Amino acid sequence: MNSLIRWSRPELATWPSFGRLTDLRNEIDRLFESPLAEMARSARLFSGWTPSLDLYEDKDRLVVKVEVPGMKREDIDVSLHEGCLSISGERKGEEKHKEADVYRAERFFGRFQRTVALPAPVAADKVTAQYQDGILTVTLPKTEEAKPRRIDVNVN
Amino acid sequence: MKTTMQTEQRAKAEPRHEPGYVTPEVNIYETKDGYVVEAEMPGVHKDGLEITLEDNEITLVGRRQNETVAGTPLFRERVLADYRRVFEIDPAIDAGKIAARMDQGVLTLTLPKSEEVKPRKIAVG
Repeated sequence: MNSLIRWSRPELATWPSFGRLTDLRNEIDRLFESPLAEMARSARLFSGWTPSLDLYEDKDRLVVKVEVPGMKREDIDVSLHEGCLSISGERKGEEKHKEADVYRAERFFGRFQRTVALPAPVAADKVTAQYQDGILTVTLPKTEEAKPRRIDVNVN
Repeated sequence: MKTTMQTEQRAKAEPRHEPGYVTPEVNIYETKDGYVVEAEMPGVHKDGLEITLEDNEITLVGRRQNETVAGTPLFRERVLADYRRVFEIDPAIDAGKIAARMDQGVLTLTLPKSEEVKPRKIAVG
């Protein structure tokens, strides 16, 4: 269970480089006729909460999107340090369900942290973060030097 | 009492058998008054929710909205498909009183038991 590679959602198959891995998993599933996804789900108990993260780039900015549903704004922490963006936080379980019988507990409660190395220098003072529908969006404008510049060529 | 809330339809719960959909992670609780289902659907606003009750099955569908293209993806882990999951429900649930709430990508569904099946305290005179 303590593999060095962090566990990722089974649906990650959409990321092209995971294609082969998925094929292999399907093959194994077929052999044992037991869905490995269920095992992967339980593996998550040991690896903690690793919210899915996307990084996008356009000419002026970088955009990071992280899926952290059910959080309170004040429990999310975003920081920038030496070209790395860190997003951390804690999701607390609701007290009112303490007494209830639990039939399924697939949601993860507790701490998470994700760090991503940014591929371009960003203007730290212009970084903005927004939390909506359970998705944290961090917009990081590139520094002027990092933006692609068009140089006009004069032809005499 | 046989609680069918937990006997989820396996075939439908398995993402690979449901092309184009992501299976939301859920917590299910039972209290003496009813059931509570919490489903994680990040990216879904309440307008994107479709909850249908048919016979003894409840289907939760969440459609992602406001997913604007943010540039060239350099790194992608998120799956931008819609969410779907089906549960068989306990016949003791009062279908008319099912309530849903959406808050920051978490759907909370409350399914109250009908009055007849609730445990009742009888006062001794």
